[in-house]
Amino acid sequence: MNGSVISGKNIYKIFKLGEERVAALNGVSMEVKRGEFVAIVGTSGSGKSTLLNMLAGLDKPTKGEIIIAGQHIEKMSEGELVKFRRDHVGFIFQAYDLLPQLNAIENVALPLSFKGMNKSRRTKEAMHALKQVGLEKYMRHRPTEMSGGQQQRVGIARALVVRPEIIFADEPTGNLDTKTTISVLHLLQEVVHEAGNTLVMVTHDNNLASYADRRLHILDGEVVYED
Amino acid sequence: MWTEQEILMILQGLWETIVIVGVSTFFGYVLGLPLGVLLAVTDSDGIKPHPMLYKVLDVVTNILRSVPFIILLVVLIPLTRAIVGKSYGTAATIVPLVIAAAPFIGRMVESSIKEVDHGVIEAAQSMGAGTFKIIWNVLLAEARTSLLVGVTIAFGTILGYSAMAGAVGGGGLGSIAIRYGYNRWQPNILWPCVIILVLLVQLFQVLGMKISKDLDRRRS
Ligand SMILES: Nc1ncnc2c1ncn2[C@@H]1O[C@H](COP(=O)(O)OP(=O)(O)OP(=O)(O)O)[C@@H](O)[C@H]1O
Ligand SMILES: [Mg+2]
Repeated sequence: MNGSVISGKNIYKIFKLGEERVAALNGVSMEVKRGEFVAIVGTSGSGKSTLLNMLAGLDKPTKGEIIIAGQHIEKMSEGELVKFRRDHVGFIFQAYDLLPQLNAIENVALPLSFKGMNKSRRTKEAMHALKQVGLEKYMRHRPTEMSGGQQQRVGIARALVVRPEIIFADEPTGNLDTKTTISVLHLLQEVVHEAGNTLVMVTHDNNLASYADRRLHILDGEVVYED
Repeated sequence: MWTEQEILMILQGLWETIVIVGVSTFFGYVLGLPLGVLLAVTDSDGIKPHPMLYKVLDVVTNILRSVPFIILLVVLIPLTRAIVGKSYGTAATIVPLVIAAAPFIGRMVESSIKEVDHGVIEAAQSMGAGTFKIIWNVLLAEARTSLLVGVTIAFGTILGYSAMAGAVGGGGLGSIAIRYGYNRWQPNILWPCVIILVLLVQLFQVLGMKISKDLDRRRS
């Protein structure tokens, strides 16, 4: 069971802005193995977010193949992609994007409700995920009653709760101070190495990328080297 | 100052007003809530943009909103007669009120939904939420306090319209005020009706203010 969870072959993404064509990805090929923590590193505008969105099934490539968990996602319709994301992927966002009206448990339970799970099971699973990220004391707090680091832990719990094949994170510590950033990165390492998840994280910061098992360096829409 | 009969009449008018406004607000939302959701969802920055449908709803809503209520009342008499069988009285007042309220409620619902943070909507989409799940679990759930404030505003506005309906034979306090105050100049009937109407509007404004203050506290 240690094969590739993600495999991308010759991915191109061209954005058309009126007459102008922006090549955000220029033939990217890459693999992510099960249980790996991979960072996508590069400067602003290099195509990191674009690549992540392709890999996560949020957007489709102009050309190329993307195989996740054995499924070709470049061939899927919008409806199939929605279902695919619901069942296979978790997301962590830079701005946390928690629902302000919901407390931590309800926020974490939300993706489960999209799957149609009943309320008592949802709550149980959500509480379990919140314990995993060390927030047992903040279960009934709303986002506005938590610090940025705590909110991002809720965000991580929300990604974990669906037991996804892969978790995607775009600059997950972009809004946090240095100390909180390090503790969140340690948590992400733990989530991968101890709980056996697979994580793909985008960052522009080489220091942060060093927490990953492997780094894909991207420049002008191409993976220039790996380390 | 008042005969027992007059007091009973005013109380009866108050009750009719509450029924008319309550029922009209309810049916106004039966039409206006889906309308507002559709407007918000099909707009170019909504979760399911649909330019054609949006344009049609937008135009119809604007046209209905720009017809003065007193004119709408007259224009709708055939429809009212078709639905309730007659063109005067309590039930007959409700039809034009609902038609006038629905587009107004639709716009309020639309703007409440558009206040919901875009990041949160995108997060839900990325988690694989379908359109209906997003409408229910994210848009309506997040906008609920703002929607509730909207209900109190709608109630107040419909109350104002309902008094106008009195002019063409609708029921309620408005009609009593017009019949006894305007036609017969009986201030002892006119003023209690006016005062009760003002108090009702105030009551709902205070309620709306209280809800939005609670909302602000939660957001801070
Ligand atoms: N929807 C879009 N339409 C047009 N051009 C786009 C779109 N999304 C991205 N681009 C362009 O593609 C290129 C790569 O963008 P991308 O967002 O992937 O960069 P990034 O590496 O994530 O940068 P940052 O670190 O600033 O987030 C940029 O030149 C950008 O302007
Ligand atoms: Mg980016």
